[in-house]
Amino acid sequence: MSEATIEITRTADDGSETVARAVYEHPLPVRICHWLNAISLFVMVGSGLQIFRAFPSFGAKIPQKDLIDWPQSLAIGGWLGGALQWHLTFMWIYIATGAAYLGYQIFSGNYRQVLFTHRDIPGVWPMIRHYFFLGPKPAVHEAYNPLQKQAYTAAIGLGVLSVLTGLAVWKPVQFSGLAWLMGGFHWARLWHFVVMWLILAFVFGHLVMVLLHGWNNFLSMLTGWKKDPEY
Amino acid sequence: MESIDPRPPSPDPDGGKAESTEPKDSGASAANASESASVESSGSASAAGSGRPQPVDLAGATSAIYLRKSRAEFSRVSRRELLKLAPILALGAFAIPGVQESLLKKGLGFSDWISSALFRRGHLAPTFADSELTAFDKFPINDYDVDDPGIIFENWSLAVSGAVQKPGDYRLEQIQSLPLMRQNTRHVCVEGWDVIGRFGGTRLSNFLSVIGADTSARFIAVSCADDYYETLDMATALHPQTLLCWEMYDQPLTREHGAPLRLNVPTKVGYKQAKYLTGLKVTNIVEKVGYWEDQGYSGYYGL
Repeated sequence: MSEATIEITRTADDGSETVARAVYEHPLPVRICHWLNAISLFVMVGSGLQIFRAFPSFGAKIPQKDLIDWPQSLAIGGWLGGALQWHLTFMWIYIATGAAYLGYQIFSGNYRQVLFTHRDIPGVWPMIRHYFFLGPKPAVHEAYNPLQKQAYTAAIGLGVLSVLTGLAVWKPVQFSGLAWLMGGFHWARLWHFVVMWLILAFVFGHLVMVLLHGWNNFLSMLTGWKKDPEY
Repeated sequence: MESIDPRPPSPDPDGGKAESTEPKDSGASAANASESASVESSGSASAAGSGRPQPVDLAGATSAIYLRKSRAEFSRVSRRELLKLAPILALGAFAIPGVQESLLKKGLGFSDWISSALFRRGHLAPTFADSELTAFDKFPINDYDVDDPGIIFENWSLAVSGAVQKPGDYRLEQIQSLPLMRQNTRHVCVEGWDVIGRFGGTRLSNFLSVIGADTSARFIAVSCADDYYETLDMATALHPQTLLCWEMYDQPLTREHGAPLRLNVPTKVGYKQAKYLTGLKVTNIVEKVGYWEDQGYSGYYGL
């Protein structure tokens, strides 16, 4: 790979020198978008759960929260009106962040780091075997392995879907075509909910992997530089 | 010590990527260039002897760029990159109680502003076949207080005021003499549920021309027998599917559904569609938007 690389030298007391390596993995726009997205996604899910509490899925006059409830501590907004304020405010941050991220990735060419393509297909099975302790670790040549690319590409697609289903729920008349594609307002609402759970599934896996891969990996999303990369 | 050594390019594991990584390189190179420059300017006198990196001719670098830094210098680079994320902390304002309320109000206002910009006067809400209707007895009855505010129909009239040429009290027969229109449209509640109902009445725009309303005014404010109140923006009031409604499912409105007259606005969420109307005012100024809006719900809430 041809990223910028830094060699970090450390001279011990006896004069011997050890060298570590760091690569610039995450450009600033990507890091900003990552953390803005993390915050806005957190608020969107939290306020979304509060909005869901008002939904009488078991018939009119039977508040949802009488039968299924989230711990109040996970919900944001306190009541339906408050949650809608959070949801309708942070959706603009969420959308703007997503649009800026996609725009940057496409125009900078950096999307190649995360986009899963047909060239990654051969590497999928060996990586799955490795993750299930059935095979050796495939050689790492770039920032993300094929399964990571698959996960990140899917997550970006889910992000787009979350916005599209959300627009269909928010504006089923003005975006009646979009709502129609999803089977109408009623179904768009369900898809919006399903997409949220799929995103949460990604976030769960993502957080597990971050924990498993240690401090240097985590730090790279803050500073851009990944120390001691595997490639 | 020669600290920059442009090494031979590292083996490229993925031939297809070679041409693609150029834009990314230039971004990263810029960061390194500024780092090198600052080191150069602060310590040029001792640069040669201290192992500091020298500025590198990045234009000449083709594929791999190697810079050599001590641990302290790498920490400095890292810290600087970390600090660039500081603006994100501005979102912390949302955690400050006093500021939070005003920010959320602004956010909701922004959403409403976009909503009104997205509104297309000629774009109709979807309509449905009779077979898709929700059964009448399954159509939910929602009100904030009482199902039946006890209107005495013989005495009822709609008090019209504001920017109109013919203010006064309008009796139901007068309103019902206007062209009747029936539509099967979706009724969406802010709680998330939705039903498809059949509504009948006359276009609000018909009534507005009868009373000689100034349609350049901004709002139609309605009041109700149960002290509920609501506001419609003029664009929505003039929409061809916005009805002064006295029928549901081809029958006169029942008391729970808002007899004798209610609003049916398929381009708005349910709470905008006030029942038991008693007054209608054409105005540019509203002190109170609506019963729910004044508690924090969206003032526009167009679908």
